[in-house]
Amino acid sequence: MRPVTHNTKVKMVEAPQGFSGEGFFTMKLSEAVGLARSNSIWPLPFATSCCGIEFMATAAAHYDLARFGAERMAFTPRQCDLIMVMGTIAKKMAPVLRQVYLQMAEPRWVLAVGACASSGGIFDSYSVLQGIDQVIPVDVYVPGCPPRPEAILDGFMRIQDLVKSEDLRRRHSDEYKHLLNDYGIQ
Amino acid sequence: MLSNETIRQRLEAQFGDQVCDFSEPYGMLTFETPAANNLKVLTFLKDNPELQFDFLNDLTVVHYPDLSGRELAVVYMLQNIRHGVRLRFKVFVPVAQPDVFTATSLFSTANWLEREAYDFFGVNFKGHPNLTRIMNVPEMDYFPLRKEYPVEDQTRIDKDDDMFGR
Repeated sequence: MRPVTHNTKVKMVEAPQGFSGEGFFTMKLSEAVGLARSNSIWPLPFATSCCGIEFMATAAAHYDLARFGAERMAFTPRQCDLIMVMGTIAKKMAPVLRQVYLQMAEPRWVLAVGACASSGGIFDSYSVLQGIDQVIPVDVYVPGCPPRPEAILDGFMRIQDLVKSEDLRRRHSDEYKHLLNDYGIQ
Repeated sequence: MLSNETIRQRLEAQFGDQVCDFSEPYGMLTFETPAANNLKVLTFLKDNPELQFDFLNDLTVVHYPDLSGRELAVVYMLQNIRHGVRLRFKVFVPVAQPDVFTATSLFSTANWLEREAYDFFGVNFKGHPNLTRIMNVPEMDYFPLRKEYPVEDQTRIDKDDDMFGR
């Protein structure tokens, strides 16, 4: 027996549906692209308060966000696919968040982590933005104050589902343009 | 050692009945002076060789909506670093015309403190070099810490009631 036994519980991502024959496999391009994208998301952590601490736990060894292909955190919006907004966004911070979102290249996704980012949370106040969906479109909301790392992972996996099943033409659709126009983008 | 009684005597010898309402909550000398007198008192406390209150700890505002004609209290907190003695004095101004002379010529730290007081209470510090908002968004058109607003403001439009069922 080898001195090191390899982990036999490794789960592979299932191949999408397609037509296979001897030496070839055909499938829809959008599914192949979705598969690749969803398992190599580059997150941009926009952490402003306690949800950010939970995110640090999520990204660290115990919960290990890297298992989902997201080990490459970047603080440069131009290279990132997913902005994870974690924490209270003050009204003075809103233009900054919006600027960061605008600097991201399409396709881009937004995850609002925690009560504050989703709705303003307990800060029902003159100075706090009542949910980041007032300035940028949000794909997935994670409830909790703050959410546990499991909840953040669950939100991330839902983002992965969206990425996996997104049509390649979605970002050119009238609905999407209309959505962005609602936010005064483009 | 500088005692509160000494400070009070020096102030009363200098200003007479322009300083009044002395008290010592938690041992900190507190008094009131007319708004037009604030710079004279600050200068005296700072430059008097015996008193030497040369550090402006804090400058803040309290809104008393029930005191008509003197709703806004501008509170100066000074410290004599040599003796470790602090004092506090207040000037009251009407909320309709909250004009107070700026202390920036005496204490540079008053610059941001007065901007903050303007930002939250709308106190107009006359002579301030740059009296603009410092904490809140620049386009805000009200003074949020004045006690003019209900705790739960029903006219707000930025809260999504569909989701929060208020």
